Amino acid sequence: MQKKIALQNENWDMVIQPQRRLLDLRLVELWHYRDLIMLFVRRDFVSVYKQTILGPLWYLLQPLLTTITFTIIFGSIASLPTDGLPQFLFYMSGTVLWSYFSSCLTKTSETFVQNTHLFGKVYFPRLAVPVSVLISNLVTFAIQLAMFLGFVLFFVLRGSSVHPNWDWVFLSPILILMMAGLALGFGIIISSLTTKYRDLRFLVQFGVQLLMYATPVIYPVSSIPARFRWVIIANPMTPIVEAFRYAFLGVGTVNNGQLLYSLIFMLVSVFLGVIIFNRVEQTFMDTV
Amino acid sequence: MSTVIAVENLSKAYHLGQIGTGTFANDLKVWYARLRGRPNPLLKIGEKDHGNRDGEELWALRDVSFNVGQGEVLGIIGRNGAGKSTLLKILSRVTAPTSGRVKVKGRIASLLEVGTGFHPELTGRENIYLNGAILGMSKADIARRFNEIIGFAGVEKFIDTPVKRYSSGMYVRLAFAVAAHLEPEILVVDEVLAVGDAEFQRKCLGKMNDVAEQGRTVLLVSHNMLSVKSLCKDSIWMDKGQIVKIGRSDQIVDEYLTQDSENIVQNLFDDSVTGDGTVRLLSYEISGDEDGAVHTNGKLKISISIESDNLIQYPACGIGFYSEKGALLSSINTVELGKSMPPIPPGRSKILISMDSVPYLPGRYVGSFWIMNPQRHIYANADRKLILTIDQSTVYGTSHIDDRWGSVYIPVSFSVGAI
Repeated sequence: MQKKIALQNENWDMVIQPQRRLLDLRLVELWHYRDLIMLFVRRDFVSVYKQTILGPLWYLLQPLLTTITFTIIFGSIASLPTDGLPQFLFYMSGTVLWSYFSSCLTKTSETFVQNTHLFGKVYFPRLAVPVSVLISNLVTFAIQLAMFLGFVLFFVLRGSSVHPNWDWVFLSPILILMMAGLALGFGIIISSLTTKYRDLRFLVQFGVQLLMYATPVIYPVSSIPARFRWVIIANPMTPIVEAFRYAFLGVGTVNNGQLLYSLIFMLVSVFLGVIIFNRVEQTFMDTV
Repeated sequence: MSTVIAVENLSKAYHLGQIGTGTFANDLKVWYARLRGRPNPLLKIGEKDHGNRDGEELWALRDVSFNVGQGEVLGIIGRNGAGKSTLLKILSRVTAPTSGRVKVKGRIASLLEVGTGFHPELTGRENIYLNGAILGMSKADIARRFNEIIGFAGVEKFIDTPVKRYSSGMYVRLAFAVAAHLEPEILVVDEVLAVGDAEFQRKCLGKMNDVAEQGRTVLLVSHNMLSVKSLCKDSIWMDKGQIVKIGRSDQIVDEYLTQDSENIVQNLFDDSVTGDGTVRLLSYEISGDEDGAVHTNGKLKISISIESDNLIQYPACGIGFYSEKGALLSSINTVELGKSMPPIPPGRSKILISMDSVPYLPGRYVGSFWIMNPQRHIYANADRKLILTIDQSTVYGTSHIDDRWGSVYIPVSFSVGAI
């Protein structure tokens, strides 16, 4: 008995118990594993394009070809309006933004299913995986953004009606963070649910594609009849895309209220996502 | 000696069968009914409600408590399904316990596998950093021990080659080298010693000894009784999710082996035994040396239960052994030996086969057994139906024999002579 009391008084570094408290999110621990996150980023980056001929050039070719396709189909054939902006720039801004969001969302939503083997053998904060996905996609995004800015410069020099709003340009990192947060929040919620319902994986694959059409990627909000506009505006990605266009190209339909809505939406989804994710990570090995 | 791991009433239940009701719609129904205080709508009348889970529970661990002192090297032994792996998984925080808790003092690192997270496309260097970080080392830690790691693994020349081009031996050596340089206060190891060639095995064992001598705490789960005996002073013997006994490894291992051999399972022959049906082969038992296991150069006894319809005045028997890959190693019968057997009475009886010295190296073998008359008319033939496992033991001066050594032990000596 005396020994037991003595044990209780000692300081333990770690206690493994059935369920952690709901808000015991261990984000400090995640910070201790920052080296691992960066190594995951490096792994994703290096491994994807090894043994490809064009290598990182693919990062540029993907959005470029998509933009050209969109310009031909939606611009020339379907003649959708582009807020008076050059079609090429309009579609490229949408494509670059959307591909960051969609690749983050799809990849984070596969966190548990894709890493079952790793998670079954060793402990590290599981959030390291989705966070590393956000960062490695951010690298891709930066490269594509640079290409986009190059084209903006090209069009400005040629005298097109493109007028970047510089104060907004400097605020654009916040937009990107909001977008990353939304992808993370939704992604980890879905990944937590896929440990139980596998059907969600298929839903994500085409759901993301459908969601693109509910986001002003190939059309501006201003072209949507007022009756339907609420549907598009309810989408938290809408203000981000419009604000991004307003910043870099000078035209966009957005107000501070809508951006605040997106921000709150993002914070809530990340918060909920992290809580659910933490719940699931403790026992998911028993269910897969 | 202060306690660094305190395991208190640890239990872990797994749910067998389906988890959840299978579809999202059904889960919603159950959830909505519960919200309104109604009973589970999917439940059959009279069934007991145990959440929305189907199937039974399996207790992989039940009420396990023990303490580990600092610097202790503790072995955990037991049969498959005894709960050893579950215990390690909980200690490694791969899964959470169902009840009870574990309190740990110091940094704990677990090796349930070597090379976790190795990426084939990355170079040896990149994988060392990645694997080290997965195991909980910081980049600076790894950089400091980098040269030591590649020296230990012996892969200096190939450090910038993708590991997919490594031989499996190099791969395992590199993986173990990273793990061996972890330097946690507590190390939890699962059978990783069973990898690599004999020389590397010795290196690993040496490293484990070093770790123990530096005052670190080690928990080792193993099927290799020799390494448990030589590495661990104390051992825990587990069975069916509970602790059977804790004590000195020598005693525990011996007791475990004796008890285990008492529980020899009767191996039943299936319907695939051929013959004319006069004699039916029922089951067989294989036993070996005093510890119950069969060893190279040790004894082997096979007892075969048969049932015969009538008296067989002049029976003859044969036995053959094949390697696991199917090559015939030996075949002999009583006719060739020129020996006659006593008559087999009607009803059930046993045929005993014994060997004083088994020539086969550690590994798995399959055996055939048949009963015939002196004219080689087969009454019953169990063709490659007996499973013979030769346990790891010291042969040729090493305890790590694999199939590269062949199947048969040869007492051999080499010398050089003048012409």
